[in-house]
Amino acid sequence: MYRYDQYDQAIVDARVAEFKEQVGRRLRNEITEDEFKPLRLMNGLYLQLHAYMLRVAVPYGTLSGVQMRMLAHIARKYDRDYGHFTTRQNIQYNWIKLEQFSDLLDDLSKVEMHAFQTSGNCIRNISSDQFAGAAADELADPRPYAELLRQWSTLHPEFSFLPRKFKIAVIASETDRAAIQLHDIGLQLRKDESGALGFRVYVGGGMGRTPIIGQVVREFIPVGQFMSYSEAILRVYNRYGRRDNIYKARIKILVNELGIVEFTRQVEAEWALLEPLGLDAPKAEYDRIIAQFAEPTYDLAAPDTLDLSDPDFAAWVSQNVHAHKQPGYAIATISLKPKAGIPGDASSAQMDVIADLAKKYAQDEIRVTHSQNLVLAHVRKADLYAVWQALDAADLATPNLDLVTDIIVCPGMDYCTLANARSIPIAQKIAAKFENDIEQQRDLGELKIKVSGCINGCGHHHAGHIGILGVDKKGEEAYQLLLGGSGAEDASLAKILGPGFDAEGIVGAVDKLIAFYRSARTNPSERFLDTYRRLGAAPFKEAVYG
Amino acid sequence: MGNHDRVASADGQDQVAVGNAAAPPLDDTPALLRFRSDAPDDGPLSPLADFLADGNAAAVRLDPADDARSLIPHLGRLRLIEVAFPKFRDGRGYSAARMLREAGFTGEIRAAGDVLVDQIGFMRRVGFDSFAPAKPLDLSVVKLTLERYPYVYQKAADGLQPVWALRHG
Repeated sequence: MYRYDQYDQAIVDARVAEFKEQVGRRLRNEITEDEFKPLRLMNGLYLQLHAYMLRVAVPYGTLSGVQMRMLAHIARKYDRDYGHFTTRQNIQYNWIKLEQFSDLLDDLSKVEMHAFQTSGNCIRNISSDQFAGAAADELADPRPYAELLRQWSTLHPEFSFLPRKFKIAVIASETDRAAIQLHDIGLQLRKDESGALGFRVYVGGGMGRTPIIGQVVREFIPVGQFMSYSEAILRVYNRYGRRDNIYKARIKILVNELGIVEFTRQVEAEWALLEPLGLDAPKAEYDRIIAQFAEPTYDLAAPDTLDLSDPDFAAWVSQNVHAHKQPGYAIATISLKPKAGIPGDASSAQMDVIADLAKKYAQDEIRVTHSQNLVLAHVRKADLYAVWQALDAADLATPNLDLVTDIIVCPGMDYCTLANARSIPIAQKIAAKFENDIEQQRDLGELKIKVSGCINGCGHHHAGHIGILGVDKKGEEAYQLLLGGSGAEDASLAKILGPGFDAEGIVGAVDKLIAFYRSARTNPSERFLDTYRRLGAAPFKEAVYG
Repeated sequence: MGNHDRVASADGQDQVAVGNAAAPPLDDTPALLRFRSDAPDDGPLSPLADFLADGNAAAVRLDPADDARSLIPHLGRLRLIEVAFPKFRDGRGYSAARMLREAGFTGEIRAAGDVLVDQIGFMRRVGFDSFAPAKPLDLSVVKLTLERYPYVYQKAADGLQPVWALRHG
């Protein structure tokens, strides 16, 4: 994985010093809270319901064991012994004290970490495929390109006061594990007819209040020019994105108001001016970064077989382990959705266990997924049983990846000032109906439930096979039910099924939906989403409201 | 600091000498912070629409929604382009300044209005070389801010070499 050189470290150190100085000026009342707010947001510091929340950046979701150990240390020392992994592949801490913040930043910078641009109206953490570098179906590792974008977007002088936040995702497979069509910019690595590498560029996807699937602004931009092309997109957005209404300020609204043809024309015209300015890094820089993501030294003698005689291990392998491109190796996903847990939370002790396992068995590397799970990407099959046993002992081996209990959920009204309703207890109540029967979960197959506590959609409810949206209905928490969303390569937006429910009602409604699906599917390999797409909403509506 | 030293000569302006370059805030006019050695233009500022209509002024004012590129045919006659920041959160002026520098403008580009010390570093990078903040800035903090970063990650309008150029220079 990428390691800082002297330049990266010097910039991070300067940024940390700058923010400490800004905090000092705020504490001495030399700047107003209104002036301080964008400064702290650009350093990932939110004021939440009960305390400051800090969001630490995990660039493209990749971190080392040493970094994971530091995240555990921070949870232990500055928070309440746990952290929460987010849908942007970051981690956030919910109980930070401002007076300790300086020390915390120093601790992070010791392991090449920080909280820059995890919030605010700027280019946010670049996200990517959690299986990058290990997936059999990828053209190349997408992370070097994400790292190029990380550097380009860090403290970008022109794009630090955008109309609204800006999210970019990069993948290199046909299978989309990073929801690129629901990003402000989605980049998919591909080859042209000559075999040269470049990106298909999607623009204007997003969730929130106005969910929209991204559109292709360019079928192919050579990798050597994708930074200047991104610059052109950002400039058009910075100049013409709406600033009169916060809810219409994302680039998706601009793309929709102009139409993709006119938007594309403007981007191409801007790029024609920018491209000759030499904004793209030279090939030597690409090579330098690509070399840091070189494949690990594989054990070529590693046996490609697995002893599946332990049925619990076999269940975990079948659900949470994916094929690796290297024979003898596997990709293991660590579920952060245990029974009665809070989705995405990990304790300090669990983070330490994962750091140990990464060091011992997985090339000292860990990935965070946008589904709020973790991944060990390079595990020898021969070591998989030992890894599973250690995970199991730490309550980290729930074999439920992509099943009904693997729910994405935002923090909701338990933490968040924006929320209209609690979301964590809803996810827990739904999961409770299934979590004691893994066979039943496996029988139901892939079923992605996503829960947001307000219309901003941090829980990705629009991309849920079943989406749940918490709203405020005359002072009471209420929940809307949506069906048919997908954040994958077959991206689609979930639609509201019918009238909303109270907290008990929504759990019962999900039960009815699942029972109907079970009876209506043509065969066990037809997923919930497939059945919905085949039959349409009407029979599901009948099953719930009938 | 190394990179700043190199750049100071590259664009003919001395970023490090901020503390010396700036006069103390004046009594009754907003303090003007300049990073240029020529005399400031104190003629009247034309709004963009007026300038484009008759076009004799040497100083023009751009509001956030104005198209900076409409000035490109006239840059040779202009000494000062003032870019208004009614609200610091409105970042359109950053693009305006950089586009003007990309078009070859070497006259003064001034950021005026809600200009805060924490923006000055970004503003210098996109090509602003004078500042008329509504609230006077603490010059010691300005100096600290501009000396903060030893390196930058991207090309802009200040001639600084991004780290990718330094790495492979």
